[in-house]
Amino acid sequence: MSNAHSHDHAADHGSVKSYGIGFLLSVILTVIPFWMVMSGKFSSHDTLIGIVGFAVVQILVHLKYFLHLNFSEEGRLNSLTFLFTALIIVMIIGLSVWIIFSADALMMR
Amino acid sequence: MLLGKLTLDAIPFHEPIIMGALSGAGLMGLVVFALITKFGKWGYLWKEWLTSVDHKKIGVMYIVVALIMLLRGFADAAMMRTQLALATNGHMGIFPPEHYDQIFTAHGVIMIIFMAMPFMTGLMNIVVPLQVGARDVAFPFLNSLSFWLLVSAVVLVNLSLGVGEFARTGWVAYPPLSELSYSPGVGVDYYIWALQISGIGTTLTAINFLVTIIKMRAPGLKLMQIPIFTWTCTWANVLIVASFPILTGVLAMLSLDRYLDFHFFTSEAGGNPMMYINLFWAWGHPEVYILVLPAFGIFSEVISTFSGKRLFGHTSMIIASGVISVLGFIVWLHHFFTMGSGADVNAFFGIATMIISVPTGVKLFNWLFTIYRGRLRFTTPVLWTLGFMVTFSIGGMTGVLLAVPGADFLLHNSLFLIAHFHNTIIGGAVFGYLAGFTFWFPKAFGFKLNEKIGKAAFWFWQSGFFFAFVPLYVLGFLGMTRRLNHTDNPAWDPWLYVALFGAVLVACGIACQLLQIVVSLRDRKKLVDETGDPWNGHTLEWSTSSPPPFYNFAVVPQVHDIDAFTDMKEKGIAYVAPAKYAPIHMPKNTSAGVYIGAFCTVFGFAMIWHIWWLAIVGFVGILASMLARAYDNDIDYYVQPEEIERIERQRLAKLGIDVERYDERDTGKSAARPSKAKTLEQV
Repeated sequence: MSNAHSHDHAADHGSVKSYGIGFLLSVILTVIPFWMVMSGKFSSHDTLIGIVGFAVVQILVHLKYFLHLNFSEEGRLNSLTFLFTALIIVMIIGLSVWIIFSADALMMR
Repeated sequence: MLLGKLTLDAIPFHEPIIMGALSGAGLMGLVVFALITKFGKWGYLWKEWLTSVDHKKIGVMYIVVALIMLLRGFADAAMMRTQLALATNGHMGIFPPEHYDQIFTAHGVIMIIFMAMPFMTGLMNIVVPLQVGARDVAFPFLNSLSFWLLVSAVVLVNLSLGVGEFARTGWVAYPPLSELSYSPGVGVDYYIWALQISGIGTTLTAINFLVTIIKMRAPGLKLMQIPIFTWTCTWANVLIVASFPILTGVLAMLSLDRYLDFHFFTSEAGGNPMMYINLFWAWGHPEVYILVLPAFGIFSEVISTFSGKRLFGHTSMIIASGVISVLGFIVWLHHFFTMGSGADVNAFFGIATMIISVPTGVKLFNWLFTIYRGRLRFTTPVLWTLGFMVTFSIGGMTGVLLAVPGADFLLHNSLFLIAHFHNTIIGGAVFGYLAGFTFWFPKAFGFKLNEKIGKAAFWFWQSGFFFAFVPLYVLGFLGMTRRLNHTDNPAWDPWLYVALFGAVLVACGIACQLLQIVVSLRDRKKLVDETGDPWNGHTLEWSTSSPPPFYNFAVVPQVHDIDAFTDMKEKGIAYVAPAKYAPIHMPKNTSAGVYIGAFCTVFGFAMIWHIWWLAIVGFVGILASMLARAYDNDIDYYVQPEEIERIERQRLAKLGIDVERYDERDTGKSAARPSKAKTLEQV
């Protein structure tokens, strides 16, 4: 079926520039934690926080520049779908881990 | 070796009840086969129905499957009630435990997966594209494939009756009981493959309808103006897409345990059966909302239509459904409070469960306010709806009771629980589907169902329901647990007899429904619906003829309001013929779905019986049919304006609209409507 009569907005597919920015940011966000580990100037606790922090930022960069998620009128639905999926996954995995660990602990395995 | 585990012993010749059922079913099959051959209808059936990609015909076929499986599932229920009424005071009844265990497992699996799901999917297929003003679903072939995957699974489940056995584990198939060491037979494998194949079909359907609703709405139809049935189906589809992969995953892990000696859920070698229980219900709880949300949508449509009013709180209904959908994902542990997670875990899930009754309460009040100051017409669908509001409220209250972990420890796996979930699934989902069946039947077939027999069916169902399940609440308090093969407590007996009487009443209700279809078919000339709008409907599905032409809408309607068709009727543009018609792009029928479904049955059967060469044949068959379909370019065509005009003229003539005169007037841009159309709107 054609969807000629529907609200047919093509989603954003990016440009060379946006991919370039995304790549550059990803490189920077990878190099910094790499340097944190290699330089040995930080305690292991700080290093861990640094790695996780930069990883989270990098995920956001990927979502914006490579997966083209945004909150414009065309992109909103994709972003909401993504957020909903993330919510469900976090809830199911998080609660499952809680349930099983709790049961496991009470069974003193 | 050539036949794997399959031998002649797999056919239960020594079981008179099974052989009787089989020969009965075989005889009926033969009669149907002979009748179709006698009237030379095989070609018609193949070309117009089996290979059809028309959402309306696929919907009808779904409901036919659902009704057949309702009969089988109910036969199982009747056998259970009979057994429990007989097997007491030292008697063992008519079913030995190994057979009885298969009956209650089959009853659960069939009623949920092969009766309720196809019934819901069938109604969704018939109604949703019409309500959003689309000409078909987004992927018509995929829709046909989904249906044939369901049929494939249905064939496997029914094969298990005559070849081998079905699972004896209860419909949840908990390990370690469902593991190879405790269930070495093929029963659990039938269960796994039937659920896997139909589950893929369900997931594909959900994706298909989500895309349809998001991408193919008629111009002007805003998200929050989508009719409520379509909205509830949207939420149900979101739940399917999010939850069915969990079932697929957990069953795949169970298969690995059974086939390749893995230890995901075994009780030894590091496996953990609790994870199966956890994941099964992470799917299983959203599943019950998948069943009941569309039913809520049906009740909303019915109440609004027959009150002659717009639905009270359309937006709050949409939001309430959304809240139920999201909360539906954080309550699943209430199915296994007793598994042994801590009090903190149980408290969290108990409270979440109680909270979910709030949006459901919002809905109930919305329906009541819709009736308030309306002129309610007491038709059959309205009776089902009122019956639902009473029955479901009781089911909801016992549900909140069970949500208290402390109470649940007492009532877990007792007949109180059985009564509770039948209370919600029959009183909620099934009553809804039966209301929808009566409500949209004229849309699908062009004639109404007999009201008198329909009402009789309702009263039998409603009274039978209470006679069958109120005793189970009592028995639960008296300490009777589920899945018992025989009992020896004289205090339980009277209640078991009353429950059997209830089952007899429900049987009368089902008989009435079959009679209703036969009688209405006989009187179809008298019950005919020529307007396409037998109930003075509010939404777009009532704006086309009954049954709708295969392209649904000659001209895609422009929507301005939630009740789009009411709006058109008020503005006097409901029955206006356009000046000219444009060609319509439509999909061609295809047999690919039938073949893929057939090969899935072969593949599933071979996997169940470990016939490896046949499994390869089945798998290659699936791939080959998929490739053949993928490289087929002859899949669509355009309906020419002449043909559309011919069909539409017939419809307008039926409505009493003079088309010739109309054409002249239309060029003058006058919106004056034909006199007959006015009377139609006042019906």
